Amino acid sequence: MTSTDTGHTYRLNVNGSDRVVDGSWLGESLLYVLRERLGLPGTKNACEQGECGACSVLIDGVLVCSCLELAAAAVGTDIVTVEGIGNAGPTDGNGLTDVQRAFVTEGAVQCGFCTPGLIVAVHDLLDDNPEPSRSETHEALAGHLCRCTGYGRIEAAVEHVIEIRRD
Amino acid sequence: MTVSMPSSVDETLRLLSDDPAATILAGGTDAMVEINYEHRRPASVVSLRRVNELATWSIDGGTVRLGATVPYVEIMNSELAAASPGLAQASRTVGSSQIRNTGTVGGNLATGSPAGDTIPVLAALDAIVEIASVRGIREVAVVDLIVGVKRTVLEPDELIVAIRFPVASGPQEFLKIGPRNAMVISVASCALVINQAERSVACALGSVSPAPLRCGDAEEFAAANIDWTSDGIRITDPRTLETFGSMVADAASPIDDHRSTAAYRKHGIAVMARRALTRATTS
Ligand SMILES: Cc1cc2nc3c(=O)[nH]c(=O)nc-3n(C[C@H](O)[C@H](O)[C@H](O)COP(=O)(O)OP(=O)(O)OC[C@H]3O[C@@H](n4cnc5c(N)ncnc54)[C@H](O)[C@@H]3O)c2cc1C
Repeated sequence: MTSTDTGHTYRLNVNGSDRVVDGSWLGESLLYVLRERLGLPGTKNACEQGECGACSVLIDGVLVCSCLELAAAAVGTDIVTVEGIGNAGPTDGNGLTDVQRAFVTEGAVQCGFCTPGLIVAVHDLLDDNPEPSRSETHEALAGHLCRCTGYGRIEAAVEHVIEIRRD
Repeated sequence: MTVSMPSSVDETLRLLSDDPAATILAGGTDAMVEINYEHRRPASVVSLRRVNELATWSIDGGTVRLGATVPYVEIMNSELAAASPGLAQASRTVGSSQIRNTGTVGGNLATGSPAGDTIPVLAALDAIVEIASVRGIREVAVVDLIVGVKRTVLEPDELIVAIRFPVASGPQEFLKIGPRNAMVISVASCALVINQAERSVACALGSVSPAPLRCGDAEEFAAANIDWTSDGIRITDPRTLETFGSMVADAASPIDDHRSTAAYRKHGIAVMARRALTRATTS
């Protein structure tokens, strides 16, 4: 990277708003741009190699690792981060979606670092498949690492949402 | 640095011809890791995101034509899964949902890692890779595309546009060994393709040689010892399965590395090959 190569400007559509990315180097990942240039720190940075799932976002409705997306090549797509995950559906008095609420009530949040990625992924899973079997849930969430819960509480949160949505 | 977003193959080829040093970006699941970790500092990137024609597939007569940027998830969940069950099984073992949503077979081939999971399946299918540049199209067999560890015969200005292989005519299996059920770079893998119409058997291995590896002797042995019936294949002598496993393992030339030992890989290959043939015969 040369010093003359950092002044690029482009626009991204994030959570329904048109955002200007300023002063960037074009090799930056979407994860970096969300956190460091657009002030959206909900998307977490842990591994930067697609192994941990903490940076998961939706691009055009598809679950991806934002660390593996070149931000400048996401121009023209619709990006949804954890900050915008409640925009499309109902939320409670605290602005929490059913998935977020279930994570709280089931104790699926401990240190909380993996939570934003999991929230996005669980919305994606259940919007597509409202009644996943246990093994479908495991397969869908296998790209997320959680070092606190042992995953049981997370699985309970998913089961909880399945139940509430059934009624 | 520049980022180009062409919307057709022709435009992509012109960009690559003007700037052969450009990094092609498909799903980004290999390339972005290198960029994030500063192993690669591209001066220019050509993103394939808007080249819709590369993300389509067709089944025409007996042939599947898979566009280079069709993501794994589509191979698993479309009619492609029935037309190429081995490739669908391999796709399902790649990374995680996030990686399968974006990762592509074109990227898997161009990276050319010995652990690339589609490579043994495509090698067993005798798949042909369509490679384009402003000079025209050339076709290369998958086994000739990859010539060493992460080394291919692709020229810098060339683009993989599609991969062609026959529609399944008989059972196909893909097995892979690794420390977990997901997110696993394979320690060893084995693809088996049975062609009932031609009464032939093809077996290829992953992670046990620098370039794609077919197991010719074992393939001929299996074809000669299978009972070819109209409603499936049978093996009357159970020792055939054991012998097949050890013949496949004999074809492997694994090494010791940080992921496993050569001895374990050879053992694993024998078990996987036997299992693959067992599944193909009883299902
Ligand atoms: C967390 C994680 C887990 C993974 N697990 C697996 C696994 O289980 N099995 C496995 O096999 N792989 C795995 N991979 C590696 C990777 O996902 C695959 O190799 C994938 O197929 C790469 O495709 P892509 O479209 O993302 O390629 P990209 O990263 O976009 O590109 C890879 C390389 O190919 C070149 N390229 C891409 N498309 C073309 C084209 N059409 N023509 C010419 N050159 C091209 C690029 O310039 C680059 O050099 C994993 C990666 C990650 C990050």
